[in-house]
Amino acid sequence: MITLTNIEKVYRTSTIETLALNNINLHIGQGEFASIMGPSGCGKSTLLNIIGLLDAPSKGGISVGGQPVTSYSDQELARLRNQRLGFIFQSFHLINDLSVLDNVEIPLLYRKQISGTQRRQMAQEALERVGLSNRVKHFPKQLSGGQKQRVAIARAIVGRPEIILADEPTGNLDSVMGNEILSILQGLNTDGATIVMVTHDEAMAKKTHRLIRLFDGTMVGDTTLTLC
Amino acid sequence: MLTNYIKIAWKVLLRHPFYTFITLFGISLTLTVLMVLTSFIDHIIGSHYPETNRDRSLYIEKMALRDSSRTSQNTGPMSFKFLTQYAKSLKTPEKVTITSFFRTSNAYAGSQKIKLNTKYTDAAFWEVMNFTFLEGKPYNDQNIRNGELVAVITDDFRRQYFSDLSEPVVGKDIEVESVHYKVIGVVKGSPPTRFFSYADIYFPYTVPKSNYEQDDIMGGYVAVILAKKASDRKAIQDEFQDKIRRIPLPGNRNGFKYAMLEVGCAPYLESVLSIFMEGGPQVKVIFYSVIAFLMLMLMGLPAINLVNVNVSRIMERSSEIGIRKAFGAPIRTLLMQFIVENIFITFIGGSIALLLTLITIYFINNSGWIAYADLTINLNVFLVSIGVCLIFGLLSGVAPALRMSKLSIVEALKS
Ligand SMILES: Nc1ncnc2c1ncn2[C@@H]1O[C@H](COP(=O)(O)OP(=O)(O)OP(=O)(O)O)[C@@H](O)[C@H]1O
Ligand SMILES: [Mg+2]
Repeated sequence: MITLTNIEKVYRTSTIETLALNNINLHIGQGEFASIMGPSGCGKSTLLNIIGLLDAPSKGGISVGGQPVTSYSDQELARLRNQRLGFIFQSFHLINDLSVLDNVEIPLLYRKQISGTQRRQMAQEALERVGLSNRVKHFPKQLSGGQKQRVAIARAIVGRPEIILADEPTGNLDSVMGNEILSILQGLNTDGATIVMVTHDEAMAKKTHRLIRLFDGTMVGDTTLTLC
Repeated sequence: MLTNYIKIAWKVLLRHPFYTFITLFGISLTLTVLMVLTSFIDHIIGSHYPETNRDRSLYIEKMALRDSSRTSQNTGPMSFKFLTQYAKSLKTPEKVTITSFFRTSNAYAGSQKIKLNTKYTDAAFWEVMNFTFLEGKPYNDQNIRNGELVAVITDDFRRQYFSDLSEPVVGKDIEVESVHYKVIGVVKGSPPTRFFSYADIYFPYTVPKSNYEQDDIMGGYVAVILAKKASDRKAIQDEFQDKIRRIPLPGNRNGFKYAMLEVGCAPYLESVLSIFMEGGPQVKVIFYSVIAFLMLMLMGLPAINLVNVNVSRIMERSSEIGIRKAFGAPIRTLLMQFIVENIFITFIGGSIALLLTLITIYFINNSGWIAYADLTINLNVFLVSIGVCLIFGLLSGVAPALRMSKLSIVEALKS
């Protein structure tokens, strides 16, 4: 599905150079549910952003579905993100000016063949999937953290992407809410979505199929988990 | 897609009432002031009732006599005799009228004193000017030759002077400064801002006190020349100046020895400006420069405000830009969205301004502040103002949007 080869990411500021990722080789296969763990600052978000084509590596190649994307233009990358990827962030990143429904519709706005009615219907379905169909007219400020994250999940899945990338999706939630979010993700995975999730929670990571460990920008572990 | 942009723009505007208000306020106020100002200028210098032929007319309204050392001079209107000899005799024009500037006078309706302005004109005046006759007709050359005591009055004067308006007033008698005149026609009046045509009562120049036989080169008369077509005006000016050059110099007017004699013969704006300012055709350039500068200032301040508001508005939305890009919005689409937002708000501002201008003009026209005011909105001015606002809106919207859309997604999401 997604293959990273010899990825390196260097952050340069005027005073120091940070090697955030060092020689990462990684293949995420179709239908996988992988989690990434590691101490704070080890490069988890950086890695996820590179997998999600939100950030470009300093060195190395990425291919999506066997297609190298390193030389893609802004427009081509945007199309790829729009059609094949969905993102979930720790701090939700909803647009406060827009209603829940409008927030969920965002990915569909950048697809040409979808009409307004279709868009509304798809958003409505995605919200049903996360159990929020009664909150469509609310604004983000009127929702709890768990509800916000469920809106964010609805937005990530509304375009039916093959890959969902989640950066600490439960990091701002209590354990009950966190488990609920995780079970939604598990359900999506069962339905065929490939999921990569960054987490600090060992127990959550244990519930995924594969655990990737990072330390100081280097991959130090990659275990396939058998579910018990 | 466009309706989508507009929908988003509309929502953004509604969610930020304060910014929206400031922006709209700036845009609509600027446009309103601009449009009212230009419609006022147009009212004063454009071709309007009854001077609808201004764009093919020339005006002779001032003579200057100077001594050889240029230390003293006589300036002012000319005598009837002078204009008859030098203006009326021109071959190129279609028509030439000689008329006095208006003079103040009084009349009495019962014991009620009416302040009024009178004008002495020839018969051609009614052909050069396009008055609408509500009753009767103008006086003709025959009336003038016979020295008949007739008058054309305005509807305003008719209302003030005659108590009974149910029957026509043509043929009735009016008394002005102890002379009785017979009303021969009633016209719709001209605004006082059009001083070549404005008066309350018009008399043939052969009535008493008109001074038309005065044996002098200067006096109380001016001439308006109507060219067959606008392009003839140059030839008329040349023909006129040629005649003026033949006047023997130096001359002597009531003891004032003059070595130079200048008479202007110019289009309306130049001619009117030269009443207030010295300096030939360049005064027009100065006039337009001043107007342009004023407008620039009027546009400039709100434009800067608009840029400021836009910049902070867009910067505040960096996280939104990050989100949209993450979910597949190409830079081009985001730029379009901001452009549409700006155009949208400009058009709302423009519509408000149009409404405000219409209201302002309506009040000016009906307040009696200027009698017979007939201000209108100049479409060209409206379009140009909208255009200028649009350019400012675009510049102020595109620059920060371009900066934002170039920002990396990760950076944008962090803020
Ligand atoms: N824009 C940047 N400029 C400079 N250094 C950066 C930048 N972004 C990240 N870094 C550095 O890169 C390293 C990896 O950062 P990253 O955000 O990927 O860590 P993380 O594993 O996600 O941490 P956390 O668990 O706290 O979210 C850190 O040392 C960080 O300081
Ligand atoms: Mg992180």
